[in-house]
Amino acid sequence: MSKFKFPNSIISRPVYGVLKPRNGKSHLMIADAEGAEALFEIAASNTAIMAKSHILYFPKNTGQSYIKKLEKLNAAQLYIGPSYEASVSRLRRVLEDAHVGLQVYLTGTESLIGQAMQEIVAAGIPHTAIQTEHRGSVARRMQCVHCKGITEDVVTDPFVCSHCGLHLFVRDHYSRRHAAFQGVCVDAENPGDIPDPVELYS
Amino acid sequence: MSAGTNKIAVTVTDIIEVNQLVKRFKFERTGGGDLPVFSGGAHTVVEMLDKEITRLNPYSIMSDPMDQNAYTISVRRDDKGRGGSLFMHHQVRVGDEMVISYPVNLFALDLRAKKHLMIAGGIGITPFLAQIKQLTTLQYHFELHYSVRNNTVGSYVDELTSFYPKNTHIYYSDDGQSIDLEQLLDGQPLGTHVYICGPKDMITWVYETAESMGWPREVIHYEEFLAPQSGKPFEVLLEQSNKTIQVGEHQSLLEAMEAADVDAPYLCRGGACGQCETNVISSEGQFIHRDHWLDDEQRKSGKKIMPCVSRFEGKSLVLDR
Ligand code: FES
Repeated sequence: MSKFKFPNSIISRPVYGVLKPRNGKSHLMIADAEGAEALFEIAASNTAIMAKSHILYFPKNTGQSYIKKLEKLNAAQLYIGPSYEASVSRLRRVLEDAHVGLQVYLTGTESLIGQAMQEIVAAGIPHTAIQTEHRGSVARRMQCVHCKGITEDVVTDPFVCSHCGLHLFVRDHYSRRHAAFQGVCVDAENPGDIPDPVELYS
Repeated sequence: MSAGTNKIAVTVTDIIEVNQLVKRFKFERTGGGDLPVFSGGAHTVVEMLDKEITRLNPYSIMSDPMDQNAYTISVRRDDKGRGGSLFMHHQVRVGDEMVISYPVNLFALDLRAKKHLMIAGGIGITPFLAQIKQLTTLQYHFELHYSVRNNTVGSYVDELTSFYPKNTHIYYSDDGQSIDLEQLLDGQPLGTHVYICGPKDMITWVYETAESMGWPREVIHYEEFLAPQSGKPFEVLLEQSNKTIQVGEHQSLLEAMEAADVDAPYLCRGGACGQCETNVISSEGQFIHRDHWLDDEQRKSGKKIMPCVSRFEGKSLVLDR
């Protein structure tokens, strides 16, 4: 099951919806890992849309599991890349040639959704006009508020900053500009007093 | 008085006949001094003391937003209107002292846009004139598509085509020219925002076409000043003020409240800003909603009215004001 219902939280925490086909001459779909399942659903709900769609997909730890089925969607263009990070310049190129009316669908992990959103907003689409659907892992992309370093795939709270080594408390406070949640030193008041890490949403 | 915004006492320092329909008025601060800077798209509410009636009409400021010496507005004569434009055309003289409001902007540029695509119809050109000056100063990219009947009544066509020949496209409807909208909207680079000011039909046409082509709502901006329409006179009880007032045939509900010295809030006086929203305590009859503010549900509920443009017909109306 790739769906997870996040509990209500503070206003800065992103909320995700369910992808719905929209009017438009062209569609850009960016997904990672289990996000593929959301693409299957949107394709099933509107069979015409795929002929006008460009899919960028990053399997992450799902390996080959979704690839065959993605190919069968017969999208106008399907690109399968090793990682989102390695495909940013390709995405920028796609956005440079795009026109107003392009519909964007982001699905998969929060890290992918957040980072792709950053690029697309920079290209000129308002963030409220971009559709998102979370699928798969609830791991987070965290920024250390102290050293500013980014730690990917954080699954426990607290966790150790991969840059400065501080133990950080996982907050729901989110920065759209950095596409990352904000992590704050957990033992600032009582140095050394570090709670045992627990898995997020466990 | 707390209603509306702060007021500025000004003197009319110039009146120019732009063409047979439009006059341009220049206001400077009475006694000298700077006027506030504004942003392109802002309007000012001009107070007109027309015998026993005080009219308050909003007009887009068309001068350079950075020019603090003077504001200019253009007024199109509306022979069938309620009289505000006729007052400006026939009664106002150079040297007259008037009162205008601080600028209010309900049609601001979104400066995050990478390109500003402007679509104007008729006198709807005025907010764009200020916006274009602002964008030129900032060196932002814009493109104007301006539709008018013909050159004789096409306000500022010559000025626009000579100052901004590459950005300006004029369409004379008398010559059968019209904007090829789908063609225009198709292929605009990502980050383009579209702005529309003109007659209602034009706004609806552009809005709906853009939406059907997948333009996000957030990048479609429009401004339409609704002038209050005349209608049957009606009576209203204002509960807070404990006053019963009569709204005349050519008066708006807001104007009637003001005439009775009730301090009613407003900003745009054209059904767009939401500032004048008023709760209905009870009613027996029919609302004539004319605003762009309330949604269908609020209208159906019969619990809200926008006194700047909307009216009422029926037995009784009690408002929380
Ligand atoms: S004053 Fe703006 S909606 Fe009435």
